[in-house]
Amino acid sequence: MTTDVPSAAGRGTVRRLAGTLHRRPRLRLTLLLTAPLLWLAVLYLGSLAVLFVSAFWTTNSFTSQVVKVWSTDNFHELFTTPVFRQVILRSVGVALAVTVLCAVIAFPVAFYTARVARPGWRPLLVVAVLTPLWASYLVKVYAWRLILSQGGLADWMLAPFGLSGPGYGLPATVLTLTYLWLPYMILPIHTALEQLPASLLDASADLGARAGRTFRSVVLPMVLPSVAAGSVFTFSLSLGDYITVQIVGGKTQLIGNLVYSNIELNLPMAAALGTVPVAVIVLYLLAIRRTGALNSL
Amino acid sequence: MEGIAIRLQGLRKSFGETDAVAGVDLEIRDGEFFSMLGPSGSGKTTVLRLVAGFETPDRGRIELAGQEVTGLAPFERDVHTVFQDYALFPHMTVEQNVAYGLRIRKVPKAERLVRARKALAEVRLEGYGQRRPARLSGGQRQRVALARALVGRPRVLLLDEPLGALDLKLREQMQVELKAIQREVGITFVFVTHDQEEALTMSDRIAVFERGRIAQVGTPAEIYERPATPFVASFVGTSNLLDGEAAHRLTGSPGTYNIRPEKIRVLKDSAGADEPEHATVAGTVAEIVYLGDATRFLVDLDGGGRLTALQQNLETSSADVAAYRGTRVRLRWHRRHAVRLPS
Repeated sequence: MTTDVPSAAGRGTVRRLAGTLHRRPRLRLTLLLTAPLLWLAVLYLGSLAVLFVSAFWTTNSFTSQVVKVWSTDNFHELFTTPVFRQVILRSVGVALAVTVLCAVIAFPVAFYTARVARPGWRPLLVVAVLTPLWASYLVKVYAWRLILSQGGLADWMLAPFGLSGPGYGLPATVLTLTYLWLPYMILPIHTALEQLPASLLDASADLGARAGRTFRSVVLPMVLPSVAAGSVFTFSLSLGDYITVQIVGGKTQLIGNLVYSNIELNLPMAAALGTVPVAVIVLYLLAIRRTGALNSL
Repeated sequence: MEGIAIRLQGLRKSFGETDAVAGVDLEIRDGEFFSMLGPSGSGKTTVLRLVAGFETPDRGRIELAGQEVTGLAPFERDVHTVFQDYALFPHMTVEQNVAYGLRIRKVPKAERLVRARKALAEVRLEGYGQRRPARLSGGQRQRVALARALVGRPRVLLLDEPLGALDLKLREQMQVELKAIQREVGITFVFVTHDQEEALTMSDRIAVFERGRIAQVGTPAEIYERPATPFVASFVGTSNLLDGEAAHRLTGSPGTYNIRPEKIRVLKDSAGADEPEHATVAGTVAEIVYLGDATRFLVDLDGGGRLTALQQNLETSSADVAAYRGTRVRLRWHRRHAVRLPS
């Protein structure tokens, strides 16, 4: 057919290009990675570098102008001022509490979605777990503000037991953050439980173990790396959050709030505060690496 | 003491629409190496899982050493299983894997260690105790699984196609070793396999499964020489099944008959006088297959029908064999080797 002729020629060029790429793997790799690497190096690592460097500058307290002179004053202040120390410890505490709560809640949910529910329903249940991530962050946090408000849903539900809701404050912050980051914990645990071969559970029972024993000796140790993987998300997301605490935290302050309030008046101090969560998370990752969790990310 | 290790009565189990096990009655004796042989989907693995307690039967009764265990959980039964995929715990060392059952039964740590090491020695894996299963070869993992199941000295050991994942050489070696270990420890082995050769070489007795039922139970020789049904005859070894007019013509009486190919001699000339106890037919070699140690002849008989004959290559070579194609031959067998199948 005559119509084949031009398209065959066009295909010839594409084929030649494809052939060249096939023969030159380095060229292929360069084309593939240049754009994402530029993005990573310039925008991501670049801004991190700026953060670190500016953390060692100071501010003229009269003019609020940044003075680009090397000094460790900011960090000295950070670790000697009781308020700063307190806020840092509180932030790490919140992140740890959120992580533990997420793990405790996520495990039974993931166990149900991965092993108990009918196989046909499992993908749907995973989607259901993920749907909150499609909703706006602010909408969800304000929803929690309503739930926790005085005379709100929490108060109303607890009233019959003679209790009242936690109100706004630190517990409300932990609760809301737990809700927000829960899917990030459920998902890796679900995957790990789903991939757990059924024959291992059979083998454990076969060798005399009851369900509880099998859970402790086989299921838990095999899923623990995934719990650790999930905790990387819940921990770092909680440590970096400063909006939830403004909405449901009452007067509570976390590191993010201090960064935010310093950014106009004392940029180097804000940068120094900003390096704290980065450092904490690096330490956390180093600790987590020992569990082998990073291999399953 | 010749007790009954396992007794199955009227066992039934279906998954949805399919009847995986459709009425199985069976007795397995103490200390026996018993194989359950059948094609995939014939119900043999389901029977094994019912005995282990991983599945509950819809109907029927399971007894272990005279005690009914039908409704009991796996951890309440004195049987251990070697799984097809070995099911070793990847987060434990080999030694911890082997000692797992003892740990659950609260055997003191020192004794646990001694027994685990002894079990590893039994399967020829001394010195591998500290390794992780991931760092072992397939054959070694298989032995660890065996040691883990044997260390608790169960009354019955169930093996679910344990050699299926191994290559031929290793499989043959493990067949011999498994049999030796079984003789050594004296535990009843129930061995599930779809490999008829494996079942024939290792077993004291075999049950041949067909579509959820047992077609025949017997010693390897009984199963091979006296198959009870055409299915058993064709599944175990190769066979020449004769029925109807052909059976009548070749054996002199109606019914279904089976002649094993190696019982048929291929004669090139008219040498050898006909003796009354022999049957002889003439035909043309249609196809010939050189197997190295033997040669398979497919012979079209003059009166219609085709027989397969197997000859040891005592003197012939592949070059001689090729010359046979299309030649006239006579097939001869002893009449008692035409085995009548019960109708």
